[in-house]
Amino acid sequence: MKIRFFFYKVICIITMASCDNFVPILSENEEVLDGEMVGLTLAQQAEFLRGDEAFGEVFTSSKGLGPLFNTNSCISCHAGDGKGHPFTTLTRFGQSDNSGNQFLNVGGPQLQHRALPGYQPENIPNGATFSKFTPPAVTGLGFLQYVTDEDILAMADPNDTDGDGISGVPHWLPLKDFVIPASNAISQNGMYIHRFGKKAVAYDLLDQTVGAYNEDMGITSTFNLIDTYSGLSIDPEVSDNTIRDVVAYLQTLKAPVPRNQNDPKVINGKSLFSQINCASCHTPTLSTGYSPIETLSFKEFNPYTDLLLHDMGGDLDDGYTEGNALTSEWRTPPLWGLGLSESTQGGQYFLLHDGRAGSISEAILLHGGEAENSKNQFVNLSENEKEDLIKFLESL
Amino acid sequence: MKHIVIVILLLISTLSFAQVDTTLLKRQQVDSTKQQLNMDAVYNRPFLSFGKLPVSVGGYAEVNWQHIGTDGVSEGHQFQMRRMTLFVASSISKKIKFLSEIEFEEGGKEIAIEFASLDVEFHPLFNLRGGIIMNPIGAFNQNHDGPKWEFTDRPIAATQMLPATWSNAGFGLFGKTYKNNWMFGYELYLSSGFDDAIIDNEEGKTFLPESKENAERFVESASGTPLTTAKIAIRNKKFGEIGLSYMGGIYNTFQDDGIVLNEKRRLNVFAIDYNTTLTKINTFITGEWVWINVDTPETYTQQYGDKQYGGFLDIVHPVLKQKMLGWDNATLNLACRLEYVDWNVGTFNETGDNIGDELCSIMPAITFRPTQQTVFRLNYRIQRQTDILNNAPAKLGGFSFGISTYF
Repeated sequence: MKIRFFFYKVICIITMASCDNFVPILSENEEVLDGEMVGLTLAQQAEFLRGDEAFGEVFTSSKGLGPLFNTNSCISCHAGDGKGHPFTTLTRFGQSDNSGNQFLNVGGPQLQHRALPGYQPENIPNGATFSKFTPPAVTGLGFLQYVTDEDILAMADPNDTDGDGISGVPHWLPLKDFVIPASNAISQNGMYIHRFGKKAVAYDLLDQTVGAYNEDMGITSTFNLIDTYSGLSIDPEVSDNTIRDVVAYLQTLKAPVPRNQNDPKVINGKSLFSQINCASCHTPTLSTGYSPIETLSFKEFNPYTDLLLHDMGGDLDDGYTEGNALTSEWRTPPLWGLGLSESTQGGQYFLLHDGRAGSISEAILLHGGEAENSKNQFVNLSENEKEDLIKFLESL
Repeated sequence: MKHIVIVILLLISTLSFAQVDTTLLKRQQVDSTKQQLNMDAVYNRPFLSFGKLPVSVGGYAEVNWQHIGTDGVSEGHQFQMRRMTLFVASSISKKIKFLSEIEFEEGGKEIAIEFASLDVEFHPLFNLRGGIIMNPIGAFNQNHDGPKWEFTDRPIAATQMLPATWSNAGFGLFGKTYKNNWMFGYELYLSSGFDDAIIDNEEGKTFLPESKENAERFVESASGTPLTTAKIAIRNKKFGEIGLSYMGGIYNTFQDDGIVLNEKRRLNVFAIDYNTTLTKINTFITGEWVWINVDTPETYTQQYGDKQYGGFLDIVHPVLKQKMLGWDNATLNLACRLEYVDWNVGTFNETGDNIGDELCSIMPAITFRPTQQTVFRLNYRIQRQTDILNNAPAKLGGFSFGISTYF
């Protein structure tokens, strides 16, 4: 009997000593979007962790949620730091030209379609045009923030001087009061190049984050004290520190890691990508300028975007716009992480600005305007070539 | 304040014991006649009585070690004093009893009166109970003492969907009767209940346990209307005990100071529980399954669902029952718990696809009971949990070891 009991104790001791081997294994780094970038200092890692927690913080009515809102946490729109889902897709409404949003006094530009019990959510007012925006992936944004204005301008070709039918333009807009331009920023008539958002109306990640707290969750901060329900200024509902932690988190999320790079089909697909001119807008490689975060400073990276606005044609023209962008103009979305989108969208693709495309090929076929030639070249590829191109895009 | 309460209780208990001749302490035996239903769990505990004093005391403690990881990330070795619970029972007269249960969780971080009721017997089928009562929804809420279970964790459906241990100030009736191999019991209580926090909380889902955070419920009902809890149970000596229970009422603060703030919104909970011992092989089986309906505003977010269900099934098989290491009736058990919870039953308005927020878990266990009042438990949890969008589930796994004992 003592032997049996001895065995029981031995099992317990072995279990305690080797328990690291019994927890579920970590997914390969390249198979997940979330995670911090390599090379952060210990202080930056601590900041990342604080930002990660703030990103997951669920707001309640007692913490300032709403009363009108779209969602109650950052993570619910960006599950796994990836693209959103129709459940979290936003609607923005207002104007169809650059005359400014005429519906700000009736809830514009964002439709808060959910409300705390006892309140009524907003409706799109008569006369307003609108567009739906699926939340983007948030990985690798730090790299995009530190691309210099000079590099962005070098990619622009507003008059299509090279005659390739592609004429990307930067989105020049005045800065919001709380935004401080980068030291190497270039201004034009008091306006600066904005780069984040579907229509590129956010200057930097602070601008984007403050807007998301305010418009998505109805959370005011010292950066924006206007309550989306009353239109009046109220006390801040989230601290400056929390906002800055979230910004730091977004800056230091790793860039998506490409996969299957030695697969011959992926290699061929990459070649076709350039051959049919996709790479003219989805620029494969960019580089950062100076960043106070050393791992982001003067680095090359592969986002597959030029951060410019392009006319995407009639199929993607919702008749709504923001800033000076045309209704058919959209900022080139980065393609990195595209192949992992399904893993954060409930196992299926919801692509393009509003999630209307259920597959990569469907998304390509909805391209038009400046991308019309590339789309036609894609249509004319053989089935094997199309498959290779899709394989390549899935590998990003 | 909590610390002051702890110090006072410790001083009282120390002084009390210092003045009592320990030879006067007498352990009251647990009734093992099988004439028990789940509803008797509050009395079916080992107590120490003091000579001829009409007061008896008892309690239990649970201490754990665990090493759990999710998707390869672990918090490492964790040592936890989960809870220590004190019981005090008193026979005020032959037919009036008072019983209380005070729980100290996480080293005193949370102190709660889980049960403190005065029971007055008019007839075995007609007893009045008033005080802080444990709402008899399912079986676990009333029968939750750690040493009775083979697992270091309480069932997820009972604690993360239902709010075990869930108690409220209220009144009610209970009674039981038996004939031959059959036993019947009922309970019916009106009490204070839930509040708006069940659909407005940091869990990001409809979460009934959130109302436990509202200590005001012991003095003020959020809705101003009673929560009704009712249960009937039938036991047959051969087939075991089956219980059917209901808990429901208005949960939200629909008016304050006479001003209407909202519509009245209800929640309804239905549960079925069952336990039996397979006499030929002596395997004990217990489980419960719960359905929850919560009226949530259509203009709110589907993140807070209006339907939930889930439950657990425990299978415990004694492989050795004999004298071991000097304990006369020691038992070595193999056990397994199966669990499932869906916190958000339904489909997305936007896509028609199934809403996630589901969990399933399997937890095999080896347990050693030197006596029936003490258990050493070694568990391994295998758990999969999806987020609301039904993305690939988070994989959780790891060992836990714990001791739980009455004292």
